Amino acid sequence: MNAQRARRVRPHLVWWGLAALPLTFLAFFFLWPLATVLWRGLTADGSLRLDLVAESLTDSHTLKAIGTTLGLAIAGTAGSVALGIPAAYALFHLQWRGVALARAAASVPFVLPTVVVAAAFSALVRRGGPLGWTGLDQSLWIIVAALVFYNTSVIMRVVGGAWAGLDPSRIAAARTLGASRLAAFRHVTLPALAPALASAASLAFLFCASSFGIVLVLGGSRVSTIETEIYLQINQFLDLRTAALLSLVQLVIVAVTLRVSDRARRSRERSSPSRRLDGTRRATRRDVPAIALALGALGLINGVPIVALVERSLRTASGYSLQYYRALGEEPARALLPESVLMAAWHSVTVAAAATVISSVLGLIVAHLVTYRSRRSTAIDMLVAFPVGVSAVMIGLGLLLTMNRNVLGFDLRASWWLVPIGQSLVALPFVTRTLVPAARAIDDRLRSAAATLGASPAKVWALVDWPLLARPFGVAVGFAAAIALGEFGATAFLARPDAPTLPTAIVRLLGRPGADNVGMAFAAAVLLAAVTGTIMFAAERLRRVGEADL
Amino acid sequence: MSDQPKAHSDGLRVTGLTVVYPGADAAAVDAVSLHVRRGETVALVGPSGCGKSTLLAAIAGITPPQHGTVAFDGEDVTLLPIHRRGFGLVFQDGQLFPHRTVAGNVSFGLEMAKVPAAERDARVRELLELVGLAKYHDQAVENLSGGERQRVALARSLAPQPRLLLLDEPLSSLDAELRFRLAREMQEILTVTGTTAVLVTHDPAEADLVASTVIHMAAGRILTAG
Repeated sequence: MNAQRARRVRPHLVWWGLAALPLTFLAFFFLWPLATVLWRGLTADGSLRLDLVAESLTDSHTLKAIGTTLGLAIAGTAGSVALGIPAAYALFHLQWRGVALARAAASVPFVLPTVVVAAAFSALVRRGGPLGWTGLDQSLWIIVAALVFYNTSVIMRVVGGAWAGLDPSRIAAARTLGASRLAAFRHVTLPALAPALASAASLAFLFCASSFGIVLVLGGSRVSTIETEIYLQINQFLDLRTAALLSLVQLVIVAVTLRVSDRARRSRERSSPSRRLDGTRRATRRDVPAIALALGALGLINGVPIVALVERSLRTASGYSLQYYRALGEEPARALLPESVLMAAWHSVTVAAAATVISSVLGLIVAHLVTYRSRRSTAIDMLVAFPVGVSAVMIGLGLLLTMNRNVLGFDLRASWWLVPIGQSLVALPFVTRTLVPAARAIDDRLRSAAATLGASPAKVWALVDWPLLARPFGVAVGFAAAIALGEFGATAFLARPDAPTLPTAIVRLLGRPGADNVGMAFAAAVLLAAVTGTIMFAAERLRRVGEADL
Repeated sequence: MSDQPKAHSDGLRVTGLTVVYPGADAAAVDAVSLHVRRGETVALVGPSGCGKSTLLAAIAGITPPQHGTVAFDGEDVTLLPIHRRGFGLVFQDGQLFPHRTVAGNVSFGLEMAKVPAAERDARVRELLELVGLAKYHDQAVENLSGGERQRVALARSLAPQPRLLLLDEPLSSLDAELRFRLAREMQEILTVTGTTAVLVTHDPAEADLVASTVIHMAAGRILTAG
């Protein structure tokens, strides 16, 4: 019976052995920092001080920040839904020539770094911009517009995916029972889309509520949310306790949203058909106004800010030129930046490369571990997804508060490694979201077939799992690289002032007066958008080719 | 192993095998004993859910049994991992490796057995010849029809010369006419190669055509041997 025991125990040993790496990483660089932040927020001199907590929470400044956060998130979500549903209809439910291109173009905002989006809307409403006369600069409205820009693509993709897979015979059945087109939409299509919509809307709410770069840049000194307030408390007042407490409030908001989102996602999984149906419809002449309207609205909110950004990066005092782009390589004034923007871009690339390696290796291990659904695999899956709920700002703050010491003989204080570690925590949930479904989609009998042909578990992984995961892995690596390159929330806390990354350099330039600085910021934002856009485009291509193959 | 009694040294012997799925009330396979002599083909016939496929999975080593033993030629393999048993398995829908060509699929088991490349190529050709698919050597498997897929799956399982071949509803996904023809071919191939085989099917006609012995199963138990 000893052999039997050994045989039963061995797979568990292998599982936990593999799990040790991601678990240790997350415990050390995520859970411990998070616990530290919470502890700092709730205690003073080592004891729980709820009176101080209550005092800080009822402070009018704090209350205002909480109110602004919620208000912005609600407005941003509502706007994204209003624009996202028609976009889902026109670009996912209807089939027409050029729809793939329109879809790709409409998805661009989601992959743009927050700093680029902030710079683009800033280019629109700042003095000298096409909407400079409106006085929208540093207003709530321009922040809402930027949030809508960002999250419309989230709504569009999730709802569109559901719409494209909706059983057309259900609608046909309603029509044969005497329902008009509108009635069929209201009583059949909309209820069928509701779970996807609820799931997408809560996701959008989460992104809006934890949006940091956009509010910091566009709100300036006039608008502050929980996230920007945390940054301010740390950076200007060195008030760790208030910052930690605000993080706690943010965590509650995020937890509630995630709970709603999770319930919506589960009912979506229940309601989605097991086999994929083609719910798309060829567009007819009658659909032209709808398509034109959706494209027009998307073009207005997506296109105009981007055009404004590019235009202003080229517009100098002496007419259009590449002056600002040339300035990116030049040594800047000491007070402005410690080194040229191109050097900052180089930092970004090296840091992002390290972050990409960390998150894609961890992601691959996690995907392997959670291939079979079990209680422990659900637990690790949730743990890995956790950082998405905890905003990047909190990840940065946590690492800053915890890692300012010697850890196991390594001096991590102001270490170069803190930045890639923070970025990889932000990217990891996206990596696993790409890899886990791909790993679970591999038919387990394929692995059994290989095993009966004499392949050991390691050989099965190398010869069956890996070849089928290689493409999704490429997509995930692209995602991770793009996210790390554009990451701002965590990086803002962790990047050393003497070694800024491209996003932190852009924000610093935008915060300085002077047309030249701002112009350089715009040029740098275009550069950042081009780099991340190229990576994402390559990754998306890989995904599409992969899907065609399987 | 040489001192094992002669009666145990011939083919597959399943003794008191019991499989209970976690959370299930009744055993999927309930104390089943079974003997398949070398070179013989035995068919397990029964309605869906009677435990015949689970029994096959337990013999292959995919599903661990709670009780009982699986032995081949007197060697107890109950605790041996799947890949060391030397049992081939053909699934209902082939389960061909989508990232490998037809020849790549057939040579997989030979690669695992570290057969030299030249010998491997010859064996792959020989097997594709045997199942009548020689001309599809370099084809991608996704271009094959259902019947062709099952032939490749059969060739793939036979290639490393398994001491036992397990066939799990290998023809169920095919239409009636093709099923009849392929059942004939399969019987011939199994005879020619002298393979010891267990066939699971819900179709009594197919069982009669392919196997020399037909065993009926219901509710996890064997009803008749005959």
